Amino acid sequence: MGQTLLQKVWDLHTVRTLPTGQTQLFIGLHLIHEVTTPQAFDALREHGWRVARPDRTFATVDHIVPTRQRQRPFLDVMAEDMIASLERNCRDFGIPLYDIGDDRQGIVHVIGPELGLTQPGLTIACGDSHTSTHGAFGAVAFGVGTSQVRDVLASQCLALEPLKVRRIRVTGQLPRGVYAKDVILTIIQRLGVAGGNGYAYEYAGDTIERMSMDERMTICNMSIEGGARAGYVNPDETTFTYLEGRPFAPQGDAFERAKAWWRSIASDRDAVYDDDVAIRAKDLTPVVTWGVNPGQSIAIDGAVPAPAGADRQSTSDALTYMGLQAGQPIAGMKVDVAFIGSCTNGRLSDLREAARIVRGRHVAPHVKALVVPGSAAVRKAAEREGLDRTFREAGFEWREAGCSMCLGMNPDKLEGNQVCAASSNRNFKGRQGSPTGRTLLMSPAMVAAAALAGEVTDVRTLADPAPAGVA
Amino acid sequence: MGAERIETIEGRALPMRGEDIDTDRIMPARFLRSITFEGLETHVFEDDRLAASRSGDVHPFDKPEYEGASILIVNRNFGSGSSREHAPQGLRRRGIRAIIGESFAEIFFGNSLMIGLACVTAAQGDVERLMAQVEHDPGVVLHLDLEAGACESRGLKVPVSMPAHVRDALIAGAWDTTGLLLDRYEAVTATAAKLPYLSGF
Repeated sequence: MGQTLLQKVWDLHTVRTLPTGQTQLFIGLHLIHEVTTPQAFDALREHGWRVARPDRTFATVDHIVPTRQRQRPFLDVMAEDMIASLERNCRDFGIPLYDIGDDRQGIVHVIGPELGLTQPGLTIACGDSHTSTHGAFGAVAFGVGTSQVRDVLASQCLALEPLKVRRIRVTGQLPRGVYAKDVILTIIQRLGVAGGNGYAYEYAGDTIERMSMDERMTICNMSIEGGARAGYVNPDETTFTYLEGRPFAPQGDAFERAKAWWRSIASDRDAVYDDDVAIRAKDLTPVVTWGVNPGQSIAIDGAVPAPAGADRQSTSDALTYMGLQAGQPIAGMKVDVAFIGSCTNGRLSDLREAARIVRGRHVAPHVKALVVPGSAAVRKAAEREGLDRTFREAGFEWREAGCSMCLGMNPDKLEGNQVCAASSNRNFKGRQGSPTGRTLLMSPAMVAAAALAGEVTDVRTLADPAPAGVA
Repeated sequence: MGAERIETIEGRALPMRGEDIDTDRIMPARFLRSITFEGLETHVFEDDRLAASRSGDVHPFDKPEYEGASILIVNRNFGSGSSREHAPQGLRRRGIRAIIGESFAEIFFGNSLMIGLACVTAAQGDVERLMAQVEHDPGVVLHLDLEAGACESRGLKVPVSMPAHVRDALIAGAWDTTGLLLDRYEAVTATAAKLPYLSGF
């Protein structure tokens, strides 16, 4: 009987079964950032522990960093304090840090892959729920809390429960104007925001196989929004081509040997899954969220649902918060802010696709629009292609790399009850920094379209609509 | 291990209705802007509480009758979203020692266990009965017995559950995992030695 990638990687990294019945799992790569680590380092100092594997630990700053004014010390005293704390901790414990001003700085889930740190067959941990992103490479990657960050720092291990595996097979050609973001939003809408509890999601099928690494990362990134702690795609030639030549990827003969091993850890053809779900790509449309969790989404030409059934109360509550009426079309909803960026959709191909749509056009006068590259490297590559000019000429602000307006921890925030078309991952109440701010999640192309029109707009209706399968 | 043994939790309860209550609501991101967890107890559900008071309502966490409650009662998928431990930290520091819910998001559940905050599940109907009882009489005291897998409160007894190993870890005071993970470090070294990517393939 065949095994899944998850089972193979899990077995290979199992140290032992703990007296608690949990598995002690070795962590191959630990990524850390400024927000969820200070208390973990304090605990290490308190107990006199060292960092077990500083050679497998890498740090950057992303959540709290300003994306406009980067001069140190930051005007934001608390941000300065947190970054200074991470700098001190990395220095004291011998951990490499890609700090502000370093051309390797960026959102932790963007730089791991870029640097070739993220590889197939690894177990990866990071104190951030979107760590599932790294599964795009066939790694098993977990988002953890600060006490577990402490565990990984001290022991390079986590105490975890085994996960079941649900295979989600997406097959067929994506219609034009439909992107990886629409695929994952549809999966979450169908299976529910808690549907993945206890599972890792294996994304498979020819639609996924044809996707670029950027697109696979978008899909895996949002696994956690469906309740699945981890999500992955089996490694293949697309994965290997992406990794070849990256700074931390194996080089020369070692790369060839690595490929053989990476192939061997992919799920076997006869692997047995705990659950199987099929999605037909040709039925998919651009999707927009209307509510306060990522499962509350509809097709761009759909109408906002009426409260009914078991979800009556939560639907009604979401409609009130969003200021929407049941039955109202989502297209045409006025937006105040357009945000392109985040660990979900802040990569080069996302920016290229959005730029293609805004080129030669202009943001609606009442819209504040910003593009925040996911990393310093993405920013530089985009500038080489002139994307920054395209965005600026269209009326977008062009920022430095960071989490920015995804999460309300830095100066980029919504104000009052502004409505934001966002390429990020969460539309929770207050998520974007204003307790009454409203978020509509969609693909970067759809955010671009909303910015131009000043309202939620079907990107397929714009001239030169997007070809299928790009970004 | 030295962690506290958690076998029974006794106290008044606080019913907090709603599905999919995410950790951004439990602890808004701006309160993560600190290098310690100190003071988080004052910010639990801050934006929800403000929104409630603005609309002339009172949030459960602001109702005087629930002040001092140590058991939180919730509905489905509590703690979804962000992995911020600040959410369970805030609740724990506010005096919440156990949560009874229909279901929990996985990362929240794990983070809670790491700090000795016991999360147990109960059937939807039982959660409703408990909430109704407490809403009717906020003074009622709940006796949550992890070993017995039951919650008793004035004439009401509902079965509650948690994975066996979690229950055992709490009861044995073995929920602080770092010590366990460091306990046989030679086994960690041996596992690492087998990994192709740590030895140049």
